[in-house]
Amino acid sequence: MDYRGPYRVRATEKPHPVIEHPEDCIVRVTRSCICGSDLHLYHGLVPDTRVGSTFGHEFIGIVEEIGSEVQKLKVGDHVLVPFNISCGRCAFCKQELYGNCHESNPEATAVGGIFGYSHTAGGFNGGQAEYVRVPFADVGPTVIPPDMDPDDALLLTDVVPTAYQACEMGGIKKGDTVVIFGAGPIGIMAAKCAWLFGPSRVIVIDHIDYRLEFVRNYAPCEAYSFKEMDDVVEFVKKTTDWFGADVCIDAVGCEASGDGWQTLTGRKLLIQAGSATALHWAINSVKKGGIVSIVGVYGPTGNIIPIGNVVNKGITIRANQASVKRLLPRLIEHVQSGRLNPKGIITHRIPLEDVADGYRIFSEKMDNCIKTVLIPPSAKR
Amino acid sequence: MKNKIIDATKIIGWGVDADPENEPTYPIKKYTGDDHKRSQWTRPSLQPAKVEILKSTERPYLPAVFGTPYPPRALSGVFRRLAFTFSESMNRRWLLLILADRMDVVEGLISDVLHARFPNLVKERGLGVMLKHKPGMFARKVAIRLVILGLIGGIVYYNKRKNNL
Repeated sequence: MDYRGPYRVRATEKPHPVIEHPEDCIVRVTRSCICGSDLHLYHGLVPDTRVGSTFGHEFIGIVEEIGSEVQKLKVGDHVLVPFNISCGRCAFCKQELYGNCHESNPEATAVGGIFGYSHTAGGFNGGQAEYVRVPFADVGPTVIPPDMDPDDALLLTDVVPTAYQACEMGGIKKGDTVVIFGAGPIGIMAAKCAWLFGPSRVIVIDHIDYRLEFVRNYAPCEAYSFKEMDDVVEFVKKTTDWFGADVCIDAVGCEASGDGWQTLTGRKLLIQAGSATALHWAINSVKKGGIVSIVGVYGPTGNIIPIGNVVNKGITIRANQASVKRLLPRLIEHVQSGRLNPKGIITHRIPLEDVADGYRIFSEKMDNCIKTVLIPPSAKR
Repeated sequence: MKNKIIDATKIIGWGVDADPENEPTYPIKKYTGDDHKRSQWTRPSLQPAKVEILKSTERPYLPAVFGTPYPPRALSGVFRRLAFTFSESMNRRWLLLILADRMDVVEGLISDVLHARFPNLVKERGLGVMLKHKPGMFARKVAIRLVILGLIGGIVYYNKRKNNL
């Protein structure tokens, strides 16, 4: 996969990646996904996205080559690779903040290294390719349990951990009402994961009808279109005895629809770091003293949000990139026990050679697309 | 006036209400109590920088690993280097990077042509699949572009005529 500019990608031959650090390994990719946050790159919204870059931070594959200091992995292992690149020994990794590693991103301190997510996230090539260089091979990559479906493993690299951590950060208690903004893959999976924490109601709000229908059945949960509401916040208040939700989750991020002013300033004019409509709604919909959990991706500059209401309502805001490595043992258990069925959200399988079509289908929400998997040519042989 | 070094432990009441159990970031963060020894870890081996790596001004040295593809190049590279002289807190850093990204697109097109590779814009933009699944959207996008091109053409034509009069 080769990024050529906003809304332009192609499949092309590139040099085979090489070991550049003694703790690297080279993985032959067997499957990768297009993530909702890849669309921010595809749309040209992430600064320092250089032409020629290969995206893709959700992938699994076979270890083909290991560096001289790699001890735990061996050639031939089938591994799932968390999207965060983490050293496992800096102050942040030691506190299990694997998404905040201090040894994997020279270009920005606000985020750790991420595969295929621009030079703002370290400048690493991603997994929408046949081969990929994976740093710190003994830290992130995890051997896929033999009884696990590779599609489930693929979604454990980002979607499930991000959705689960959104719920965890929400501090959901038994009996709570949880409102999730966004019915993309993360929002759908967050609705599924939320039940693991014991709420009495899970409500998803979006405007794409086929996705609302999907999450209503998959999670299962209540799902509403904001197109049918006069005022989203008033709707949430009304449905929660006029108090507001206990927990609100922003699973949309910087490309939210629903507010013309936010869309104009955040997505068209780029004078704020994306459209913060979902976050705005989350802050205003949560109860006093409630928790807003953010996993939607925003840019590095500023956003227009009602911060005064955060103060006056005593809201706790919690946010982070998912700490995939920390969550994997528990999530593998959930998948193996059947409590979570990640592969159920996959709707499209596309050859890597047709990556441009894959991006366009996902970006424009065509053909009832929820989650797209890319299959490299070498995986088909 | 010079700031004095303060020994916090000498301040009356220092730490009396400190509660290590009150850790609002748990479980995202495993509280180890080591926050203030944070710079003392054994660093991994360091990747040699064989290409130009731009480094944030908010860190003193390169991290142990980094991506090496696509070092800064051409005019976009000049703007990227300039951007990296500002901290991550400055909007101008990010705006310069966005500007560099757009220049890079043009440089990419030039590079394609110089390497005798003419980009298939219909394929690269996934327009075929859009025509198949959302012909209405496809038609709307084409119409909008035609209107914009028509307007630009009209303005150019009008100015040319005006100058010729």
